[in-house]
Amino acid sequence: MISGNAPACPKCGGVNRPGADICYLCRAPLGAPPGQDNPLPAPPAGGTALIGGSSPPVEARPPLRPIPMLLFTEAARHNVRMSALLFVLLFAVFFLLGTAIGGAYGDPGTGLGLSFVLYAILGATAYFSGSSIVLSIHGAREAGGEEHRQLRNVVEEMAIAAGVPPPKVYVIPTEGMNAFAAGRRPEEACVAVTTGLLDRLNREELQGVIAHELAHVKSRDTLYNVCAAVLVGSVALLSDMFLRGAFWGRRGRSSGNRGSGGRGNAAFFVLALLLAVLAPLAARLLQMSISRQREYHADAAAAGFTRNPLGLASALAKIMSGGARVPGENRGTQHLFIVNPLRVFDPESSALMSTHPPTGERIQRLRAMGGVSAGN
Amino acid sequence: MAYIPLVLVVVLIAWFVAAYNKLVRFRNQIRNAWHQIDVQLKRRYDLIPNLVEVVKDYMAYEQETLTRVIEARGAALSAKGPAAQAKAEGLLTETLKSLFAVVEKYPELKANQNVASLQEELTGTENKISFARQFYNDSVMMYNNAIQSIPTNFIASFFNFAPEAYFETEPGSRTVPKADLR
Repeated sequence: MISGNAPACPKCGGVNRPGADICYLCRAPLGAPPGQDNPLPAPPAGGTALIGGSSPPVEARPPLRPIPMLLFTEAARHNVRMSALLFVLLFAVFFLLGTAIGGAYGDPGTGLGLSFVLYAILGATAYFSGSSIVLSIHGAREAGGEEHRQLRNVVEEMAIAAGVPPPKVYVIPTEGMNAFAAGRRPEEACVAVTTGLLDRLNREELQGVIAHELAHVKSRDTLYNVCAAVLVGSVALLSDMFLRGAFWGRRGRSSGNRGSGGRGNAAFFVLALLLAVLAPLAARLLQMSISRQREYHADAAAAGFTRNPLGLASALAKIMSGGARVPGENRGTQHLFIVNPLRVFDPESSALMSTHPPTGERIQRLRAMGGVSAGN
Repeated sequence: MAYIPLVLVVVLIAWFVAAYNKLVRFRNQIRNAWHQIDVQLKRRYDLIPNLVEVVKDYMAYEQETLTRVIEARGAALSAKGPAAQAKAEGLLTETLKSLFAVVEKYPELKANQNVASLQEELTGTENKISFARQFYNDSVMMYNNAIQSIPTNFIASFFNFAPEAYFETEPGSRTVPKADLR
């Protein structure tokens, strides 16, 4: 039912979104508009051509940017390093800002101390507010009945493969195709899947999606996200407070008895002003970058759990062509999903402010792990 | 200056404790993974009689397939030693595969809700067995890497952390049962 309006690329076999005229994978023109005959036999549903490993991908002309064969263990390790580095950078921004603001008022140490107190308060609030909120926002229900037996089995299978306790399983009754995981620790994790996804994915693809979610759970990405989000929030709050203070509060205070300290702090003050303007932006860019690294990492780890990267690649292709909208979608939870529900088809989804890497790029990397690389 | 050696000693002890605990954790993970395989194998033994019970009335002409499944289950249950058991389990997987293939030929069987859910359960259990073995082997690899690489190998050899064996499948059972994985 999806293949009817989702044109398959005649060059590489990638399944494109309806109405596309250039293949998202290899940039080849798609030629025949949807509805008319395709030059190549289109796969019966979504991305089954990827799973079958049939000829089209192999015969394809090399894409513009050939990707070498990827090993999922190496990919996962690389992403862990990258996200750790980015996290350190994010922390450095926070650190610098706190010190500079403190310096502007005469005491860098106190400024740093106060910013850490702020961080702790925000962090505790975010940490203890739990995953039940996320589940209820998106209208998830516990997957109990007989009709969800396969889903529960697949979740248990992947939990065994990942070596984590089986999470609670939830279903979101909606047409859109998406999934997310929540929970601070693997022991209290939960996985939610939309019914649209269940209806259109075969078992292999479902395994890939669940494996991706359990990879998030296992590497505690939800915790990672909370930490990053709180840092970004603290930076924004600090900058805001400082900028307001600089323009309203300081005027009154500088006329007081602080004349001697004021001159020495001038440099600090300018630095703090500059940082207060730039830091929130930098922090947000770093946060998004971390989020994208974690997505790549979860993809690579999922390939490791299922030993079948093409299953997830095919699921992503189906989600891309089928739509990933979810009830209650919002900016606060967009990073949790396997594909960002807010900007699936957005051509700028590779932009710096996106929580997810472009889905086409993810598919290409997964296919490279599965050995379906046009390069070799 | 005087407390530099002290700091060094503390750091060394902390590293030692962390490394030792890591090895213990890996070793326990391997044992746990091994039990997980057993749990799933038992589940399969329990499911098979149910499936046979449900399908036997429909399959008047396929008694041979059913008998072979039951025999293979019995052989796997009574197999002694890891090698014999691996062989028997491989055979059981093979016979189950042929049973599923037979079920495909009977439309009224495929439509039967009981058969469908039992088939799903068996497919799930089959997958769980292989994922549990995969996890076991991954755990063994992590553990063996740890006890063979510098510097943890010193701790490992001092406390007799022996390398663990991988789970090897029979050549015949290497293929995944393609019993309509839907």
